[in-house]
Amino acid sequence: MSVRRVMGTEVEYGISVQGQPAANPMVASSQIVNAYASSTARARRARWDFEEESPLRDARGFDMARQVADPSQLTDEDLGLANVILTNGARLYVDHAHPEYSSPEVTTPLDVVRWEKAGEQVMLDASRMAAQVPGSTPILLYKNNTDNKGASYGAHENYLMRRSTQFAEIVRHLTPFFVSRQVVTGAGRVGIGQDGRDTSPERGFQISQRSDYFEVEVGLETTLKRPIINTRDEPHADPAVYRRLHVILGDANLAEISIYLKAGTTALVLAMIEDGFIDRDLSVEGAVNSLREVSHDPTLQQLITLRDGRRITAVQLQLEYLELARKYVEDRYGADADEQTVDVLARWESVLTRLERDPMECAAELDWVAKLKLLNQYRDRDGLDWDDAKLHLIDLQYADLRPDKGLYHRLAGAGRIRRLLDDAAIEAAMHDPPVDTRAYFRGRCLDKYADSVAAASWDSVIFDLPGRESLQRVPTIDPLRGTRAHVGELIDRSETAQALVAAITR
Amino acid sequence: MAQEQKQPRKSSQEETASEEVVETDVAERKETIDEDVDAILDEIDEVLETNAEDFVKSFIQKGGQ
Ligand SMILES: Nc1ncnc2c1ncn2[C@@H]1O[C@H](COP(=O)(O)OP(=O)(O)OP(=O)(O)O)[C@@H](O)[C@H]1O
Ligand SMILES: [Mg+2]
Repeated sequence: MSVRRVMGTEVEYGISVQGQPAANPMVASSQIVNAYASSTARARRARWDFEEESPLRDARGFDMARQVADPSQLTDEDLGLANVILTNGARLYVDHAHPEYSSPEVTTPLDVVRWEKAGEQVMLDASRMAAQVPGSTPILLYKNNTDNKGASYGAHENYLMRRSTQFAEIVRHLTPFFVSRQVVTGAGRVGIGQDGRDTSPERGFQISQRSDYFEVEVGLETTLKRPIINTRDEPHADPAVYRRLHVILGDANLAEISIYLKAGTTALVLAMIEDGFIDRDLSVEGAVNSLREVSHDPTLQQLITLRDGRRITAVQLQLEYLELARKYVEDRYGADADEQTVDVLARWESVLTRLERDPMECAAELDWVAKLKLLNQYRDRDGLDWDDAKLHLIDLQYADLRPDKGLYHRLAGAGRIRRLLDDAAIEAAMHDPPVDTRAYFRGRCLDKYADSVAAASWDSVIFDLPGRESLQRVPTIDPLRGTRAHVGELIDRSETAQALVAAITR
Repeated sequence: MAQEQKQPRKSSQEETASEEVVETDVAERKETIDEDVDAILDEIDEVLETNAEDFVKSFIQKGGQ
């Protein structure tokens, strides 16, 4: 495979009720999700179907006992919190104390960008709708990962992989990649340490929002003792053939090119791991420490010690993966490599080359560089130290979703951050599902037969049909079936859900 | 085109002249960059939340995944 693969991203948004720091975030999150659900769901609101979820299944082959699990790990129990499915195939819900948008399954990095950015617009609309409820206080949403006071919340990536690939191989080859990829995918942060307190004059800014919150190399947890490689094994596909790799260490990115390269380069590395193509051991000595050290040095000079004794920078480590990926694509596809694979390789190389020369050359593409450049301009003009509240505010407000207030939006609007998609493509993706995965079937069913869909999830759509005693569950276990090519015409011609289900089960 | 014109050997005077041109170019560019920076910072000054200290302090989140 190339950069193409079944993928999806989840983003937990920072949330605050304007002027009310003590407001209950679960209530505010529910208001966000409910506001969107009630204004878009035409009639009945389909439930999320929890039947196939198993968050305590570990990829290393055992189940964690429910009694020893932290309550925050039990995400499969319907806690009665808002949880809806959108016509674009996404899931919009309350996860712990944050509103979350989980994108539909897509197959290319550019579509990852498109449906993730659509999620930002969904959240923005939701906050505007919530503000229209009489007597409500405005709720502000942020696409970031920390409050700089000790709390962190995630932006996860999901990649479908072959079950036959040894998990130990994934850990071995992916860990060094993850320790170093932040130089491309970091969102930038003012503050060092989990509570952000360390802002000495020369140490104030770090590359990644998330790196300081990772404490172990491999593990099942996602809310405490966070691991670089998460072992959650909930494939949402045939478990005999597939696993879903749940990646939890990434930053929530606003820059489209950051998101694109994050998904594209990770997909390429996974392809090489699956095909046993990585012929060298790039294992890092003390991965957790290295992850933080790399993040803490925006000059990109920090050295990482490899197990083979070499000491190289994160950019150099990324260049090793790039070189392997170039060989791999050449070897497998030659001149037939698809356009996005070629584009990801070219951009990855270009970004790494410039990062090595002068990181500031990437200010129009990568979140952390764009943010740092802006912060430095303020520091120069106003003579601010890193502990100045204004710099912390700039960091926070970079992630504000409102186009007039959000600094990412201001920079992109002024042409200072380049984009890959136009607004119209993103707006359409708020409503339309991707056409090449099962999200197409899910989304179209919710759009066309809203009254008859009782529940849905990644692996099923459940119909409640008139005249039928029991609910009709249509499994969607294969992420690559239920595409427009498979069911487009069938849905077009089925006037009712009865007709559709009859045709499917015939 | 520009490349081709440079190819014929230049007298030392010409060399100095062209270097000067380059220098003013840089100076001019720096000036426009500075103006650009000022413009964007002015724009951002307008939208930054007032009372940075309070705003940052009151952004308190519960941990998530
Ligand atoms: N088989 C699959 N392979 C890869 N990605 C998938 C697959 N099935 C679903 N996804 C994607 O995985 C994500 C699942 O989101 P969801 O929030 O339900 O995840 P979760 O891991 O159960 O949740 P959480 O981490 O919040 O507890 C979605 O973005 C979806 O598109
Ligand atoms: Mg989730």
